[in-house]
Amino acid sequence: MSDTLLKTIFGRLGWESFPVHEPILLGTFFVVVLLGLAVVGATTYFRLWRYLWKEWFTSVDHKKIGIMYIILAIIMLLRGFADALMMRAQQAIAFGANEGYLNAHHYDQIFTAHGTIMIFFVAIPLVVGIVNFVMPLQIGARDVAFPFLNNLSFWLTVAGAILTMVSLFVGEFARTGWLSYAPLAGIAYSPDTGVDYYLWSLQIAGVGTTLSAINMVATVIKMRAPGMTMMKLPVFTWTALCSNVLAIAIFPALTAAFFLLMLDRYVGTNFFTNDLGGAPMMYWNMVWIWGHPEVYVLVLPAFGIYSEITSTFSGKRLFGYSSMVYATVVITILAYLVWLHHFFTMGAGPGVNSFFGIATMVISIPTGAKIFNWLFTMYRGNIRFELPMMWVVAFMLTFVVGGMTGVLLAIPPADFVLHNSLFLVAHFHNTIIGGVVFGLFAAMVYWFPKAFGFKLDPFWGKVAFWGWVVGYWIAWTPIYVVGLMGTVRRVHHFDDPSFQPYFVIAAFGAVIILVGILGFVMSIVMGFVRREQLRDVTGDPWDGRTLEWSTSSPPPPYNFAFTPVVHDLDAWYDMKARGYERPMSGFRPIHMPKNTGAGVILAGLSLTLGFGMVWYMWWLAALSFVGLLVVAVGHTFNLHRDYFIPADKVAATEGARPRLLGMGA
Amino acid sequence: MTDRALDPREAAITWHHAEEDAHDHGGSATVLGFWIYLMSDALIFASLFAMYGVVSTAYAGGPVPREIFDLPLVALNTALLLASSITFGQAIPHIEEGRVGPTRFWLAVTGLLGAAFVGVELYEFSHLIAEGAGPQRSAFLSAFFTLVATHGAHVTVGLIWIATMLVQLGQHGLTGEMKRRLVCLSMFWHFLDIIWIGVFTFVYLYGVIR
Repeated sequence: MSDTLLKTIFGRLGWESFPVHEPILLGTFFVVVLLGLAVVGATTYFRLWRYLWKEWFTSVDHKKIGIMYIILAIIMLLRGFADALMMRAQQAIAFGANEGYLNAHHYDQIFTAHGTIMIFFVAIPLVVGIVNFVMPLQIGARDVAFPFLNNLSFWLTVAGAILTMVSLFVGEFARTGWLSYAPLAGIAYSPDTGVDYYLWSLQIAGVGTTLSAINMVATVIKMRAPGMTMMKLPVFTWTALCSNVLAIAIFPALTAAFFLLMLDRYVGTNFFTNDLGGAPMMYWNMVWIWGHPEVYVLVLPAFGIYSEITSTFSGKRLFGYSSMVYATVVITILAYLVWLHHFFTMGAGPGVNSFFGIATMVISIPTGAKIFNWLFTMYRGNIRFELPMMWVVAFMLTFVVGGMTGVLLAIPPADFVLHNSLFLVAHFHNTIIGGVVFGLFAAMVYWFPKAFGFKLDPFWGKVAFWGWVVGYWIAWTPIYVVGLMGTVRRVHHFDDPSFQPYFVIAAFGAVIILVGILGFVMSIVMGFVRREQLRDVTGDPWDGRTLEWSTSSPPPPYNFAFTPVVHDLDAWYDMKARGYERPMSGFRPIHMPKNTGAGVILAGLSLTLGFGMVWYMWWLAALSFVGLLVVAVGHTFNLHRDYFIPADKVAATEGARPRLLGMGA
Repeated sequence: MTDRALDPREAAITWHHAEEDAHDHGGSATVLGFWIYLMSDALIFASLFAMYGVVSTAYAGGPVPREIFDLPLVALNTALLLASSITFGQAIPHIEEGRVGPTRFWLAVTGLLGAAFVGVELYEFSHLIAEGAGPQRSAFLSAFFTLVATHGAHVTVGLIWIATMLVQLGQHGLTGEMKRRLVCLSMFWHFLDIIWIGVFTFVYLYGVIR
């Protein structure tokens, strides 16, 4: 075959694109293939494909989509954490004459992939998944406002994740940092496929996240149970609302920035180039107008989770509900006004830097108010130190330190010294692990019985807890120290051997975190094994206060046989206190959305579009694009999107549910 | 119904609605959702406008707006797009009254005007590229082409949507579902008009006078 024909078919994909000369990647590849074959084999052996396709992949049920988001996030957490362990190992040994086991080329890909995966494919899917599962139940709804869109959003996120994972074995990933700064990410300095993989996977996943955010906002505004006024919304739902409003406000800026960088790389425009009038710092501005609020998109729902758990496990109404709501709204607004503190060193001048420095410090006021609200909720409460509450306490102790180093970094003169140092890296890991990750673990432990009908194994849950908390402090305290001494980030080798002990301690801490991660996986496995002892038959295993605990565990597909009417902020607590009796008759047919495979197909076509564009296989990209249009338009011709669950089936489901215990107390 | 039950002193508290609204996923959530989508799309345009604003004088020794913008042609194009919004407005009373024929007629006229707009834009682009004023020439031209072409791509999506609606109106008539879709389409179409007024003023008029 002639070279031109090969080029037309395969673009720039060739034998040299496969990293067969990298023993680490080759080993990983074989492990992944073996695991993949085992999973596919098991699924085929147990004849689960039809069940998975009909009940899960095509499902428009917000609960199942939420669970699938969380599974995706946990899988990607293992990948992102493997990257972290490799970096820690490299930095622990690469001193002086020892170059370590990773060359700079490979190391740069690893830190880029670690950051990209941890934010876009771990933190975001976890938050979206938990909001998806919990929020409609908390507002007494049967599903989200746009169930099909929800399914599509999930699969677009999966398509983005798959494209990132493909870069591990076909070609390479970006070496430009987790936000792929221009001009380094331009075609002149990064001509290979790395940045293209990065851009396409994040654009595809970003569309999914934006659509999901629109869906969640419309759900909270339009689908609340009667009587649930805005100031009777559970705090978690409030934070979910603000987080998604913020997501809608920021993702367009990221989409636009990536779109312009794509044009620079594919069309040869000059937005972020060094010559012909390009303005690289405009890229920094646009990605950080997304990037800083994104931190709050992640942490606000975590704050909501802490609020729910503190109130439940203190046996008290949340202290200062309205101040909590106002603090959330104020953080939402201020989050949009601080992006420039990520590059004080750009040279915008003292006036601009002062504005952004002060705006940044001001955010600590509503955040501090929240901390005091949680403390006052616990004060004189009847506190039960079960696992979710332990995560809350660990969060408060850890996150406050991260917040304070943040205020320190917000002072422009201090930032000029600490910019791009490991001190900064320790700061944001402190806030994201201590704030977001702890909250998400608390949420998974807290709502797991609601999702699956049994609690997680408490012993292994405690292993996970202590592994993460102790591991975090041992891993990141030394990084704070070396950062303050001037060590910069994104370096794969050090000259000064006096820093080595710090990095060895940090690597040791990362291994303890690994114990925490494995402990969490074990708490699921052992929870499943011991599910009969850990079973929740009441639907309300923690003596909860909000509506999700008023239905069975796991909830029926329609969530609530009758739409609840809300009279009080803690609606379920109010119902229990006033002797609510669950109705056992008078059921009516329930109107529900139908499952559809269109989301999987659209996401699959997006994946092939991205792959074709990365490798310059124009025919594949064009074909996928036309396919996307045809399927999207074709889907609008399908008007049979709903069905009714007949009343007798509802009656059977409700009757099979064990009688609620402890009623009318 | 719920107000009465809100009184805690009352013995019988309403915990559930006995009557179920048959359509949980009604049109109002869709229209709200579409509004929110339009706002996010507006922010994409805002980002592109900001980019254009930053590099609008980064000519890199290449052509400047006064040399390349053909204002009469752009004025014609603006008139085409604004007229298409008027013709869409003509369809609205027919949609509300459920008259399928006139609705399809005015939608088709709107689509033709939109197609003419895209055609003129493509002609303008090809002319500029032939003159050596393509998007690769300078950051100013990169931003100009991107902003205007992104708007044009949106109009093209609107044209596909109009064509789809013409077919579906033939199949189903003006059902509730179709009316809801037409409301969203009309918001989309008017939104693109507003964006274009920004482009016309900020890019073309301001570019030529400075």
